[in-house]
Amino acid sequence: MLKAQKVLMMTETSKHDLKPVLAPAFFAQVMQWFEALPHCKQLGIRYVSSSAGVVTLELPFSEAIIGNPETRVLHGGVVTTLIDTASGSAIYTLLPGPEGVATLDLRIDYLRPAKPDEPVFCTAECYRMTEHIAFTRATAYQDDINKPVAYAVGTFARTSAGKEG
Amino acid sequence: MPMSNHPANHPGHTDIKTIADLQAVLATIPYATMIGTEVRDDGGEPLFVLPYRESNIGNVLLPALHGGVIGGFLENTAICHLMWAHEASVLPKVVDFSIDYLRSGRPQDVYASCEIVRQGKRIANVLLMAWQDDRAKPIAAARAHFLLA
Repeated sequence: MLKAQKVLMMTETSKHDLKPVLAPAFFAQVMQWFEALPHCKQLGIRYVSSSAGVVTLELPFSEAIIGNPETRVLHGGVVTTLIDTASGSAIYTLLPGPEGVATLDLRIDYLRPAKPDEPVFCTAECYRMTEHIAFTRATAYQDDINKPVAYAVGTFARTSAGKEG
Repeated sequence: MPMSNHPANHPGHTDIKTIADLQAVLATIPYATMIGTEVRDDGGEPLFVLPYRESNIGNVLLPALHGGVIGGFLENTAICHLMWAHEASVLPKVVDFSIDYLRSGRPQDVYASCEIVRQGKRIANVLLMAWQDDRAKPIAAARAHFLLA
């Protein structure tokens, strides 16, 4: 995993590379909260690692996430969910405390089929944050980050805590 | 319909004739079943429905449906609509997917429609809309490309 993340850093010239998350205790709470969300819990999405601006999550394989019963390739929708969750999580590595983020848009390129019987990882980066908007990019992969399953860019709206939407 | 021709027995190679055939295809897709995607007959046209279920929640504070679920539901919608329109006899493969989240998905049913914008020999461009109680207030809009064979 660590090696895979380093490769991403080199290819994406992150300015955040390998600095710790801004508020570790708060971020740990956020990740626990994310993992406990009903849909994330159903899929078994779990936290793998983080640094400032970057988060890696893992989606375990299960029969329920297959999209094509003949080839057993995973459904694109489940990759969308993993990417959305990882991209949102990456924003929280740069936040000092509670606030809401809402996905404005996601654009996902499905580069190759996600094979069954093995997990999918997603390393997402928040590479630009403004007062109101966070910009993210994410790579979903299985055994090799250089052979990604999907690549995505997204924008998120920052909303003050307690009045999201 | 003889059992051997039923879409459920041929998930990969299906000739869709009725809304029931489409529902049978959905039943063979594990992910579609997991989130609960359904298709209903809307004056002879398919109307895709995602009935509310707690396991599709992605924000417990609002509460709101997970954005990924709405994306996955729209992807199911596109795949089924392309098969309904006889543009594909096997499950189309998603090439790219771009979704705009316009409103948060409240904990209630979601509906979706699909428009085929451009149909080439191998690739289709589709426009997708998702709404809840008011079609004029969509919760998400998406465009996508699918590979048909």
